[in-house]
Amino acid sequence: MNFQFTEEQKAMIEVGKDFAEKEILPTQEEDEKAHRFRPERVKQMAELGFFGCVIPEEYGGNATGHLCAALLTEEIGRISASWTLPFNMQMWGPAFTILNFGNEEQKQKYIPALVNADLIGAFAITEPNSGSDVAGMGTTATKVDDGYVLNGQKMWISNAHVSNCSLVYAYTDKSKKHKGMSCFLVDLNNTPGIKTAAIETKLGLHCAPTGEISFEDAKIPKDALLGNEGDGFKICMFQLNNTRLGCAARGVGIARACHEEAIKYAMDRTQFGQPIAEFQMIQEQLAEMVVEYEAARLLVLKAAFEKDQGNIGNTLSVSTAKFFAAETAVKASNTAMKVLGSYSYSSEYPVERFFRDAKSLQAVEGTSNIQKMIIARAVTAK
Amino acid sequence: MNIVVCVKRVPDTETKIRIAGDGKSIDPTGVEFVINPFDEFAVEEAIRIKEKQGGDITVLSLGPADAQTIMRKAYAMGAEKGVHLSDESGNCDTLAIAKALAAQLKEMPYDVILMGKQAVDLDDSCVGVQVANILNIPVVTRIIKLEFANGKAKIERESDAGTEILEVTLPAVFTAEKGLNEPRYPKLMDIMKAKKKPLDQKNAQLDPPKLQVVKMEYPPARAAGKIVGEGADAAPALVNLLVNEAKVI
Repeated sequence: MNFQFTEEQKAMIEVGKDFAEKEILPTQEEDEKAHRFRPERVKQMAELGFFGCVIPEEYGGNATGHLCAALLTEEIGRISASWTLPFNMQMWGPAFTILNFGNEEQKQKYIPALVNADLIGAFAITEPNSGSDVAGMGTTATKVDDGYVLNGQKMWISNAHVSNCSLVYAYTDKSKKHKGMSCFLVDLNNTPGIKTAAIETKLGLHCAPTGEISFEDAKIPKDALLGNEGDGFKICMFQLNNTRLGCAARGVGIARACHEEAIKYAMDRTQFGQPIAEFQMIQEQLAEMVVEYEAARLLVLKAAFEKDQGNIGNTLSVSTAKFFAAETAVKASNTAMKVLGSYSYSSEYPVERFFRDAKSLQAVEGTSNIQKMIIARAVTAK
Repeated sequence: MNIVVCVKRVPDTETKIRIAGDGKSIDPTGVEFVINPFDEFAVEEAIRIKEKQGGDITVLSLGPADAQTIMRKAYAMGAEKGVHLSDESGNCDTLAIAKALAAQLKEMPYDVILMGKQAVDLDDSCVGVQVANILNIPVVTRIIKLEFANGKAKIERESDAGTEILEVTLPAVFTAEKGLNEPRYPKLMDIMKAKKKPLDQKNAQLDPPKLQVVKMEYPPARAAGKIVGEGADAAPALVNLLVNEAKVI
């Protein structure tokens, strides 16, 4: 057991912190109001190697590991939850899934381009009528002579309208239920029959684009299939178990931002002749925020560490981390709102943004209820 | 071109400094150390020179064991090798440091010696000038632009009167001012490679200090602000205080 970061990990944390504070923070609030996504920033993050952590050097990565990726995600998430999305969209989602299920040609074609952000990634699971019930999806991929024809709709897809390399999950044989699902690599914005549209009505994560996709007889080539027909559900669960780690690390970043902001305010703000940090009820709030952040962080680092040790399919640890980090971020942002009082209710302070961003974590990559179901089933399995 | 960059480890500027029990040093407990920000400009400049016209960069640092951490940062940015002059005592003044650095520099080739204009811990701003004096070479302080042509360096530095443009023969010492460049972020891959680059360690040969810190004190607490009134009616009282009490106008 060793809780000490290596010198290299410390140096990477410093890069993440510097990048977030110097590159993202100066325009964060303005970008938030404008709902601005900056593709050039994805490229800038890629150039530093942020999306290569879990990818071997032969495919353009740096193999620094899931732990390093989680630490970077936390540092970015502390400044902007929106800007942690690319870790999932470029790396943990498509690139790492292709690394594990793709053929050599697919690996060569897509992974380096996702790692260096020549391609903008995405993954499309959720539909208007299927969220938690992944196997209940309606999108189909009908086999034809030289490929597949996609029909259906996807909803709440990060990067939908800006991506040119998405994993798309669809049924090749509905009669086989979840064993009839397959996974495809699709260019969402340059394929006839595919239409994408932005969803602009979100509560938060305004600098991370989200959209919907419709497939109407959209023809994709035979080699778009990832793995074998029928592997889709398995691939999807594998992918979620990695992108979930990214979400959990985002939650840790938000939770840290919340207590840092609340502590700073509580020490500055004077009421009844003393800083409010000296009142016991505020102290209780600050103490709980710090303790829960530390606990969430350790769960995330443990899950990431296990993956680096070769245990990629560590579902229980990842769901535990994701559930707790999501709930912690929501609670911390709620508490920070209370500590800052009226100022928290103004977009002049970042806390209302943390609050709006945190709420997404209870829904994405499996709701909190789904995480609890996974955890309970694992611990009661006979 | 042989470029040597001198770097110092300093407390992170976000650190809250506490005076140690002896009353004349900084309590290192909980203090995060970083590369001196002005030295970081020097490292970046060295890398840019190398990228533009080729060259060989050596990082030189005097300090305790963890000075190697900031040397590795310079490596991750693009420096290739370095010498660590080890000193765990911290019992030295700027002249002793400059002599030790100069003694090491005499053993290695150099055309350009770069360092920050000051270290942000004690702000002495002495070492660059002292090193140049000991080596008997020119020094240009607080540079904001550096170019080379025909074996000479052309420098810009800012003064209250405007911008000075200077020319100097090499070898020379240059101390970096903010604005010289914007240091790059190390890439993850280069952070991993940095640990494999060569780093020589030697004991620093330090003269006994001629300058002793007698005592450190915290700055006095700031007095509370004063509200003299509101709107135009308050202006005369404000002007009166600014002229007679604060004496700023």
